[in-house]
Amino acid sequence: MNGPADLRLGRRKRADLFFRVLAAASAALVLLSLLLILGTILWKSIPALSFSMLTKTPQGGFYLGKEGGILNAIAGSLYLAVGATALAFLLSLPLALYLNLYKGKGSKTAAWTRFFLDVLWGVPSIVYGAFGFIIMLALGLRASLLAGILTVALLEFPILCRAIDEVMRLVPRELKEASDSLGATRFETAFKVFVRQTAPGILTGVLLAFGRGIGDAASVLFTAGFTDRVPTSLADPAATLPLAIFFQLGTPFPEVQQRAYASAAVLTLIILLISLAGRAMSRKATRHVVK
Amino acid sequence: MRLLKDALARRAMGLVAALPALLVLLIVAGLFLKSKAILAVEPLSKLLFSSAWHPLKGEFGLLPFITGTVWVTVTALVLAVPVSILAAIYLSEYAPRWVREGAKPVVDLLAGLPSVVYGVWGVILVVPFVGNVLAPLAGVHSSGYSILAGGIVLAIMTFPTIIHVTLEVFASVPQALRDASLSLGATRWETTRHVVLRKGAQGILAASVLGFSRAFGETMAVLMVVGNVPAVPRSLFDAGYPLPALIANNYGEMMSVPSYDAALMTAALVLTLIVLFFNVLARRILVRVERRVR
Repeated sequence: MNGPADLRLGRRKRADLFFRVLAAASAALVLLSLLLILGTILWKSIPALSFSMLTKTPQGGFYLGKEGGILNAIAGSLYLAVGATALAFLLSLPLALYLNLYKGKGSKTAAWTRFFLDVLWGVPSIVYGAFGFIIMLALGLRASLLAGILTVALLEFPILCRAIDEVMRLVPRELKEASDSLGATRFETAFKVFVRQTAPGILTGVLLAFGRGIGDAASVLFTAGFTDRVPTSLADPAATLPLAIFFQLGTPFPEVQQRAYASAAVLTLIILLISLAGRAMSRKATRHVVK
Repeated sequence: MRLLKDALARRAMGLVAALPALLVLLIVAGLFLKSKAILAVEPLSKLLFSSAWHPLKGEFGLLPFITGTVWVTVTALVLAVPVSILAAIYLSEYAPRWVREGAKPVVDLLAGLPSVVYGVWGVILVVPFVGNVLAPLAGVHSSGYSILAGGIVLAIMTFPTIIHVTLEVFASVPQALRDASLSLGATRWETTRHVVLRKGAQGILAASVLGFSRAFGETMAVLMVVGNVPAVPRSLFDAGYPLPALIANNYGEMMSVPSYDAALMTAALVLTLIVLFFNVLARRILVRVERRVR
């Protein structure tokens, strides 16, 4: 029982246990950071969270601690993210279809396109902001909802496109062949088979891109501007939630900083909602999917 | 008619397919054109390696900002890489199925939280923690707005990137190899170390490089907690001023000071090129790993 081999086995088992605990602790740490972030933001926001905050625009002296809400930022962010996601979708869907239908599995073009999409995915949002600013000046636009939408659409495009591409890659080849053999053109196969088949995944991708768009601050900093009013046209500047949070936190007044926490909670809740919706929808929208 | 529609669609889609490459090119070209105004009068080496940042006097040394970015990013990675890889090991090798499934939304959510939210959290919790707890422990004085605070916040933001890629790499290691090792009497950890980690080494490297390039360009969260003092930092408890923060903070005034905008665009160009370089590097490694597995 106490031979050297047994001793060694004991040591090996202890090492295994040690690393099992260490690895589990690391995983727990990751979970804990998420809970800590959510907990802190929500807890800190309770004193300032109110209904009027969601339904009013900033009144005079809002940034000194007076009356008002962040409706301007909520509306601005929603307009911006909806517009940008729609635009990104119009670019992403054809490209994803092209990669999966018109180009074969071993295609060089497809591989390079995916590579560039991945590279674009890694471009920091502040760079999109600077680039959007250059484009904006080149087009003679001012900082406006439109300029913001264009910039955020560029930011969302690689995310959305790769998400759609990933689900389309999983479509079985037999399905495509069945459609082809029935005499369908590529175009018909694309929209009547591929899009239907991957609808849940596409939807999840759209929500992912939407969440990324609504939460991004650095890209809209130069391009969307900021205003206390709810924008009424594409040429108006638009406030956004992330920037509203940033500006409110930057004031020296505790009341306003409290509101920054509350605004951060609102943004976090929107993101949580989107993420939950994505999960629910991807389960529900499987009606037309051929298994 | 149907065929016509099909032909039209093919053309249109072919056009869209050129977009990603074109966009990468346009971004780099656009930034380069805008920074030409200053690159033409100042030598590049002076811009990159001078620490004199006095926009009003026309001196635009980017060194403090480049070192600031590197310090924050390296701090973040030192914290994030071991934790992320160990967490991925747990999820892929040890955890029961339900934990693995349950961890997915956690990682996704962590990746989906806006950087401003990370920033607010950093200001509420991490900055005071660094200023009131860690700095006294280290025997130095710090306001808390520091490289370390930025590194901690950034580390948590890079968890999802590294964990996600590492998990994919681990999943690509054939189960049969694990089974073989286990059946020879190796413990779980020995199997992980000698089989999974060895097979996945390159992939883990790629995951870390990807985390690096993600962290390098992060703007808002870091900007909010790092202090933004344009000097080369000397310790973790000093404030720093990363490149992205420089660009974000000064967009308002860049039109009023001569060649300021060109200097900022140069900063953006430098940032883009560094991030692109590491990104391309990571992708190349990953492509090679994928090919080898197949």
